[in-house]
Amino acid sequence: MTTAVPPAGSLDPAPPSPSGSSSSSSTGVPGKNARPTLKKPRRDGHSLLRWLFVLPALLYMALFFGYPLVRNVVMSFQRYTPTTYFTGEAPFTGLDNWRAVFSNELFADSLWHTAVFTVGSLTGQFTIGLALAVFFSRRFRLSGAIRAVLLLPWLVPMVVSAVVWRRMLDQDHGILNTALQAVGLADGGVPWLSSPSVALLSAIMVNIWIGIPFNMVILYGGLQEIPRELYEAASLDGASPWRTFRSVTLPLLRPVITVVLVLGFMSTVKILDLILALTSGGPADSTQTLGTVTYQLSFLQLDFGQGAVVGNVLIVISAVFAVLYLRANRADFGTGK
Amino acid sequence: MKRPSTLRGPWNTTAALLILGLLLFPVYWMLNTALQPDTSIAATEWFPTSLSLSNFEAAISSQGKSLLTSLIVALGAVAVCLALAAPAAYGLAQFGLRGGRSIVFTTLITQMVPGIVIANALYSAYAELGLVNSYLGLIFADASLGLPFSIVLLRAFMVSIPGEVVEAALVDGANRFTAFVRIVLPMSRNALITAGLFTFLFAWSDFMFALTLNTTDDVRPITLGIYQFVGAHVSDWGAVMATAVLSAVPAAILLVLAQKYIAAGVSGGSIK
Repeated sequence: MTTAVPPAGSLDPAPPSPSGSSSSSSTGVPGKNARPTLKKPRRDGHSLLRWLFVLPALLYMALFFGYPLVRNVVMSFQRYTPTTYFTGEAPFTGLDNWRAVFSNELFADSLWHTAVFTVGSLTGQFTIGLALAVFFSRRFRLSGAIRAVLLLPWLVPMVVSAVVWRRMLDQDHGILNTALQAVGLADGGVPWLSSPSVALLSAIMVNIWIGIPFNMVILYGGLQEIPRELYEAASLDGASPWRTFRSVTLPLLRPVITVVLVLGFMSTVKILDLILALTSGGPADSTQTLGTVTYQLSFLQLDFGQGAVVGNVLIVISAVFAVLYLRANRADFGTGK
Repeated sequence: MKRPSTLRGPWNTTAALLILGLLLFPVYWMLNTALQPDTSIAATEWFPTSLSLSNFEAAISSQGKSLLTSLIVALGAVAVCLALAAPAAYGLAQFGLRGGRSIVFTTLITQMVPGIVIANALYSAYAELGLVNSYLGLIFADASLGLPFSIVLLRAFMVSIPGEVVEAALVDGANRFTAFVRIVLPMSRNALITAGLFTFLFAWSDFMFALTLNTTDDVRPITLGIYQFVGAHVSDWGAVMATAVLSAVPAAILLVLAQKYIAAGVSGGSIK
């Protein structure tokens, strides 16, 4: 019988029973069993009662996601000063905040840093994650256990990882420079976090490290779903490993690749913890991103209006990728799995 | 690509262990630094030749309360999140509600709202409601980190619960709610554990809400604690690293004890 109720949309042809038609169904519990077809999933007509299951979560999401989205747009047209929190007055000032932010050089810089940080991080995480996923697809002893332990960097709080790396990347006493000097590379030590031209690169490096496990696990899962017969066919045709990878693995992995990249983008573009704990946006603002600038404007300079402007820019960028994400997911909803 | 295992097995295992060592070096370094007694300024030794727990004593005496705060907040967030997510997921999976599909879409989208944007608006709302510097305020904020994920994950699981099981209970006189509590929840145990684990990890790792929704040290989770600790005692790396170890302990424990749930959560919940 109905082992699984498909997503709501596909049920629509069945007549919905919005509490009015309850007369027929509430009385007909035994009768229904005699007529097992069609109206099956909708038993008692009290759809209001059913909504009670969903309502608390909806209300909560409206408060914690919907309200902030709306409030941010409104705030971006208001002037918030520290005194606002005593007087409660935040006068509307039109586009003042927007002008101030867009003419601020730091904003343009942070936009650029965000782009570099995001693209750099994703490229590194994805490439290494995919290579590891392919490698771990081979069968060998301890493969599963090692894969599991590799998840650790992803599970540790990001601030904590950043703090550990901050120690490792110290110019004078960090282990990375100690090691490089021991082999004769980088004699004076690389100023990983103290030079404006290197710091963003260091942040990317740390973020790649954090993101590898996630990419690896999802891509590994995708690889397992590719039918083995295709590889057998490819090897019968005499295809080289590289050719097989390009013509079999990559095309079939594409949906998973899209999801990994979009999810990675979403979480990378808004990163705050990592950068604050690693460099605090410095040196000389060289690691300021949209996330850190929002934080700085709102919570350090206490100009929540300007912070909201940058936040809105972040939302627009995220929204574009949210659309991509949903498109990539559409197939999943169709099958109801 | 996939060859019979026997011949190349040992080489692959060796290579995998090398990769493991390389990628987990920072974790080793954290432990190593934490276990060495005198790591004040000079470079750290490669191996902890003279073991000492003094750093951990320092860490616990200064950050013990923060660890407890993190535990309370994370457990509270799990409770709030599951209490909201489980019924919602069930409703979306089994009731065929009108508009249910768009609710699932919306849930997916909320996962993409940048946290700093939420914090920005939430702070002013919290200030008016007196929720700044409160456990309750932080618990509610942190629960939002796991809620969309939990709803999507639980719904994907509950879709496959046969409708007849619940119907049988209804025929026996249970109402929808008791049927949900007595039958659906026990059947969904594994999915609930997975959702709860991830909500715990999200809340335990939260830094943004801890940083923005607290102006005093009354409610200071360990993530905020270690951040301030680095700022104030940057020379005492041994104690900082001991704090780091302590704050990474839940992740390590969960990885060992609940490995299969973690793997299921990373792949299942994030994609669907």
